[in-house]
Amino acid sequence: MNQYPMTVSFTLNGEKRTFATAPGENLLDLLRRSGLRGTKFGCGQGTCGACTVLLDGRAVNACLLFVGQVEGREVCTIESVGSFDKSSEIQQELIDGSAVQCGYCIPGIVMSATALMKAETKYDDEIVREYMDGNICRCTGYEKIWGALRRVLDRREASLAKVEGSGSKS
Amino acid sequence: MGNDPKNFKQVNHSVTKVDARQLALGKDSYVADFAPANALVVKMLWSPHPHARIVSLDVSEAEKMPGVKAVLWHGNVPRIAHCTAGQGFPEPSPYDTFMFDTKVRFVGDRVAAVAAESAEQAEAAVAAIKVEYELLKPVLSIDEAMAPDAPIIHDEPEAHVPIPIPYDPKTNLVARVACEAGDFEKGMKEADFAFDDTYETPYAQACPIEPYTSLAQLDSSGRIVITTSTQVPFHCRRIVARTLDVPVQKVRVIKPRIGGGFGCKQEVLLEDVVAMFALRTGRPVLWQFTREETFRTGRTRHPMRVRIRAGVKKDGTITALGMDCWNNTGAYGGHGLTVVSCSGSKVLPLYRCENIHFDGKVLYTNLPVGGAYRGFGATQAFFAMESTIEQMAEAIGMDPMEFRQKNHIKSGEGSPIFAALGEGKEGVPMTVGSNALAECIVKGAEEVGWKNRTDWRSKSGRYRRGIGMACLMQGSSIPHIDMGGAWIKINDDASFNLMFGATDIGTGADTVLAQIAAEELATTVDKIIVYASDTDLTPFDVGAYASSTTYLSGEAVRKAAAEAKRQLLASGAEMLNLPVETLHCEDSAVQNADGSKKVSYADIAAYTLYQKNQYQIFGTASHITEKSPPPFAAHFAEIEVDTWTGFIRVLNYISTIDCGTAINPALCEGQTEGGTLNGISYALTEEYIFRNGRMTNPSFADYHIYSMRDRPPIKAILVPSYEETGPFGAKSVSEICINGPAPVFANAIYNATGARIREFPFTPERVLNAIKAVKREA
Repeated sequence: MNQYPMTVSFTLNGEKRTFATAPGENLLDLLRRSGLRGTKFGCGQGTCGACTVLLDGRAVNACLLFVGQVEGREVCTIESVGSFDKSSEIQQELIDGSAVQCGYCIPGIVMSATALMKAETKYDDEIVREYMDGNICRCTGYEKIWGALRRVLDRREASLAKVEGSGSKS
Repeated sequence: MGNDPKNFKQVNHSVTKVDARQLALGKDSYVADFAPANALVVKMLWSPHPHARIVSLDVSEAEKMPGVKAVLWHGNVPRIAHCTAGQGFPEPSPYDTFMFDTKVRFVGDRVAAVAAESAEQAEAAVAAIKVEYELLKPVLSIDEAMAPDAPIIHDEPEAHVPIPIPYDPKTNLVARVACEAGDFEKGMKEADFAFDDTYETPYAQACPIEPYTSLAQLDSSGRIVITTSTQVPFHCRRIVARTLDVPVQKVRVIKPRIGGGFGCKQEVLLEDVVAMFALRTGRPVLWQFTREETFRTGRTRHPMRVRIRAGVKKDGTITALGMDCWNNTGAYGGHGLTVVSCSGSKVLPLYRCENIHFDGKVLYTNLPVGGAYRGFGATQAFFAMESTIEQMAEAIGMDPMEFRQKNHIKSGEGSPIFAALGEGKEGVPMTVGSNALAECIVKGAEEVGWKNRTDWRSKSGRYRRGIGMACLMQGSSIPHIDMGGAWIKINDDASFNLMFGATDIGTGADTVLAQIAAEELATTVDKIIVYASDTDLTPFDVGAYASSTTYLSGEAVRKAAAEAKRQLLASGAEMLNLPVETLHCEDSAVQNADGSKKVSYADIAAYTLYQKNQYQIFGTASHITEKSPPPFAAHFAEIEVDTWTGFIRVLNYISTIDCGTAINPALCEGQTEGGTLNGISYALTEEYIFRNGRMTNPSFADYHIYSMRDRPPIKAILVPSYEETGPFGAKSVSEICINGPAPVFANAIYNATGARIREFPFTPERVLNAIKAVKREA
């Protein structure tokens, strides 16, 4: 009996891929058995955010998505965000800011913050809380994570404003 | 830290955590990341009943289901009484657990397990297992457990304790520990004001974001290799070997990165099952708890009833302190005695008093099983103690902060409790060394604006603000019981392999211990390659508990590094042809006093490995502790109570701590902030809601833990001291901070409204009822 009788095709980290799957399989399980294990299982109930990935640029819980739902769409995981040679700005701030304790929530935090930076241009505290509320951390008390996020977002907001300012002059 | 009295180069600096980058990148790090593609998946049939006998159990249909490779149940595994708590050996806990039993004792107890090719197949097979239960009357509270005709939860003949401690399963008594100092009754008589109040603290789960996860496979020689999310790899090896009836030699336990533990992974809950399946099938076997299983079957904080009887004189002298604790350990007794013992030993010594009474009882119930959880008994007892201290101060008209300053234990002082209360035996006499509590109180009070605090009677309106405080202590390791080992060797390029048994569960212990090694060796952290917690390759360590790693394992590491340094100096002297006593180590080199003659560690490595009188520079050491120096803390908060709804808003929380030398200040802050927020969440929202013994809210949707939106401002303030007995002056940091929020909020609610609440979480309903009661009294 074929455990995975159907196929699904979608863009994964910029590459068009086709996977054998089963009707009930969720995206988290598919990613992990396909070797992308940076996305974590924390609750399977869509309540902790450890499995956060980007679906067409929006942060979603991979544990709640049937694989069939991502057919033809674009999925980005933590593996696409940084490498040992070049970590993303948010990863670097989390590392430098001692915000990584057990680290299990961190890939999800990075993905939610990435979604925030893609979708928004202004980063007041309320919008940051809105985007990050679904990512639970039990180790840090969020202080150092918050600090790292703020440093990145404040820099980005300033540079976006500058680009906008210089753009309006031309 | 700018003001560096000892001129430390590696410790007392916030170096980057050694594993931070791999974790931020999502590299394979945790147990489930290492599961081979052909690993079988385990699913368990859990008991739906709080108390029942299994009359019949039929797995024959399940065994024939597609993909099923093995089924385990009481009919086909060894029946060996053991204790799942990962403690020293022999454990001060009853052997009252079997891999599978003919009786179930709580909702979430094991009935039978399936290993199959996929999770779906395993679940289908679990559903095909036929069980007939004879329902027994459940015991759903400590009062029911103590009733004269209470059902006996552990009626099996094998249940016993491995050391001589009180244990009477016929009366559901798991343990009892008591002591007296001075003359308690006389002290009560001498008091101008006497207090007798009872407090209740609730269940909670540690909620690591990584659920319990274990992977077992047989290596080519047939040995069982268990990769597991444990805080106690060496205890895990011992307990699995016992449970499976195989020699310890046959088992290897590896702890990779762990996604949080906070105590609940100081327990062997999955490893025996995956190991047995691996033996039966020859296949790799993975078992990861769901979140629901983590809540129901995972270990919890023991709920406790604490009665405080105490007396105070008008001049502020505490004449008597009495604490009676009733500890609900649930269906199994692991950690029961030690948790209640710590309720006394980590709390009563904080305030000077000559007449002390302590009596802790631990009881079985048919409820979820208590285990280790950060704070470990002190959390429960400090709620009662610090609420009482506040009432004492009010009774004599003294500022509660001054009252604490007047009475708290000082450097050079002891307490009869230190000697009286140990873990399954008497404690160790001790006087307090480093102690910056007085400064913690001053700094915290200043930060929260204590001097502006006004009496609750002056407050009116819907929203009322209140300021509360609490003082805390904990310990650092279990003296004369805990042991940690370490070894260190040099490589060609003057990097060092540092190996120890100590267990980093996300705390940063690997980094902290690398800093200690680098400091002692006069090298840098980036030259230290840490490998830890592998029972085949690293020396023994008791594991991550009892606030021991920095203080205990850190000193083992320092001693091992000192031994390697001695060898570096000897070989350096040989190479430089200078007397060794004229040389010292600095910047990864052996040199003379003015630095005019020096040889680098890399040259010494090349010399000793390849050139002359070759040998491996290798330091090894073990450490046991003679005392358990307490870290101290003073917590403060300002809250706003909505007197219409009972809702509490935390405006500001100040968490000061004296952890001795902060080996890594940023990580110490992280521990303090994280533990404090966990305590805040526990005090305000976390709750097990039961129906007939069944926990009904096993999800983060219904059991709320604090998110980034809920996060109140928390300020951690490290107040340095120097603990002479610890590595570079360090003592523990991780547990103490979780003890603060419940009493701080109780005192702040009182300060805002006049309502004294002796049970939490402080939900709006509970707070509102208490406020209404105050109005009725008025």
